[in-house]
Amino acid sequence: MTDEPLLRVSALSKYYGARLGCEDVTFDLWPGEVLAVVGESGSGKTTLLNCLSTRLTPSSGGVSYRMRDGSWRDLYRMSEAERRFLMRTDWGFVHQNPADGLRMTVSAGANVGERLMAIGDRHYGNIRSTAVDWLSRVEIGKDRIDDEPRSFSGGMRQRLQIARNLVTGPRLVFMDEPTGGLDVSVQARLLDLLRGLVTDLGLAAIVVTHDLAVARLLSQRMMVMKDGYVVETGLTDRVLDDPRAPYTQLLVSSILQV
Amino acid sequence: MNIADYNFAYLDEQTKRMIRRAILKGIAIPGYQVPFASREMPMPYGWGTGGVQITASIIGPDDVLKVIDQGADDTTNAVSIRAFFKKVADVAVTTETAKATIIQTRHRIPEYPLRAGQTLVYQVPIPEPLRFLEPRETETRKMHALEEYGLMHVKLYEDIAKHGRIATTYAYPVKVEGRYVMDPSPTPKFDNPKMHMSPALQLFGAGREKRIYAVPPFTEVVSLDFEDHPFEIQTFDQPCALCGAENVYLDEVILDDKGGHMFVCSDTDHCEKRQAEGHRGHLAPEAMEPAE
Ligand SMILES: Nc1ncnc2c1ncn2[C@@H]1O[C@H](COP(=O)(O)OP(=O)(O)O)[C@@H](O)[C@H]1O
Ligand SMILES: [Mg+2]
Repeated sequence: MTDEPLLRVSALSKYYGARLGCEDVTFDLWPGEVLAVVGESGSGKTTLLNCLSTRLTPSSGGVSYRMRDGSWRDLYRMSEAERRFLMRTDWGFVHQNPADGLRMTVSAGANVGERLMAIGDRHYGNIRSTAVDWLSRVEIGKDRIDDEPRSFSGGMRQRLQIARNLVTGPRLVFMDEPTGGLDVSVQARLLDLLRGLVTDLGLAAIVVTHDLAVARLLSQRMMVMKDGYVVETGLTDRVLDDPRAPYTQLLVSSILQV
Repeated sequence: MNIADYNFAYLDEQTKRMIRRAILKGIAIPGYQVPFASREMPMPYGWGTGGVQITASIIGPDDVLKVIDQGADDTTNAVSIRAFFKKVADVAVTTETAKATIIQTRHRIPEYPLRAGQTLVYQVPIPEPLRFLEPRETETRKMHALEEYGLMHVKLYEDIAKHGRIATTYAYPVKVEGRYVMDPSPTPKFDNPKMHMSPALQLFGAGREKRIYAVPPFTEVVSLDFEDHPFEIQTFDQPCALCGAENVYLDEVILDDKGGHMFVCSDTDHCEKRQAEGHRGHLAPEAMEPAE
């Protein structure tokens, strides 16, 4: 790890009118670090993730990001063009529902190749071989490259969505309940795959989940949210083995130990 | 119908001014789709109401109008638009490309090279080249504004993945003056190179979708492609059966119910001109029964 964080979040709050989404969230994310955001439904996890990834504008507070050239940028002061460029090159966003993150009517190969074409790759053969490579990294056979994701199972779709995001070598990936809609056995395989990719690529990630097992497997650090507030943060093992906030204790004791 | 009831060229002067402003803006920003308040015309959408409104706004009493549909001057669509302007603007009409000052077209660019001072008016059904993969208008507008055109190549990628080559033959997307990606309307890609650096002014009107766009004279128009799958126009392995022309766009004509067919110029004016000059294809009447 370097001596500077990748992302700095300070006093971030988001209100939907009078309704609280999340309140006063502050943390740093380090390069290569995986942070899990856990909490029950409605606790503000998605709101926080969408604010961080600039899909929502917060009501107050700030987020700055260290660009590839080392300069720090305030995310909400970037032009829309810069922000969109960042989102499709240096970032990834994995939606819970793969259909929200994929183009369902074009082939798997085109789904993976889209980001490459968006940044100016104009060699069909290269785009295709990169797509084959990424499909195999997410365990999709190259015989499926010309199939549309509509013909894929839920687990395959999710793996395709991951490949589509990682093809430009992003440094930061946002994930909202990445295993949420999947069968338990499929979840386990996807988690394994994700853990391998994150480690191999040295990715930083912010993973929203209501599933403590996902947090345990993927993250080094976790943040527990309740009613829009962060009630506890710490190293994942510490929080799960020795929860301090009463709410976290309740949460941990209410699930089977993993 | 009493012609005196109509303003010159049917549209009132305020409307023409509004459309001319949209045209001027389009010329100032080549390839950019300018929204305009499209009017009801006395013909249904799909009959070239966008092109008709442009023509009505730019035509003057001294203009000479040619109207083509798929290269032909004598289809119902072309005939009725020509008759319309004859009636409401009392302008001279022609089928000769060289003699026309305004050429309104659906689906073709004439073979005879256009010159400075001529205006080609395209009838456009769907002006948005990104619509195929992105149905949201808010998003396509943003993509144009931010020059995010990766999606156009996704479409071409899909073509190659499915057919082994870029199978798009009509409405083949182009980049104008290095900036806006534009749909050249359903012309065959054969005509794309004619748009590049054309001395004529090219105006595009979409009536139902309420958009006008333009390519000013001598503007760069480049067809999108991949390095390893470069843009190519259609080629025909035989010349026109009637006039013997090569390097022109040919239509297949069925001759009988036994599979008999021939390929002839889609640009009928061009074909007839060549035949009048004595050029003969292998199925030209005079070739079968030699002239006296
Ligand atoms: N678009 C919205 N409009 C109004 N309230 C919202 C909106 N999205 C979320 N909220 C509210 O914000 C709170 C946090 O929601 P959310 O971030 O979706 O939580 P989580 O992802 O943890 O389930 C909830 O009270 C929710 O009802
Ligand atoms: Mg949520």
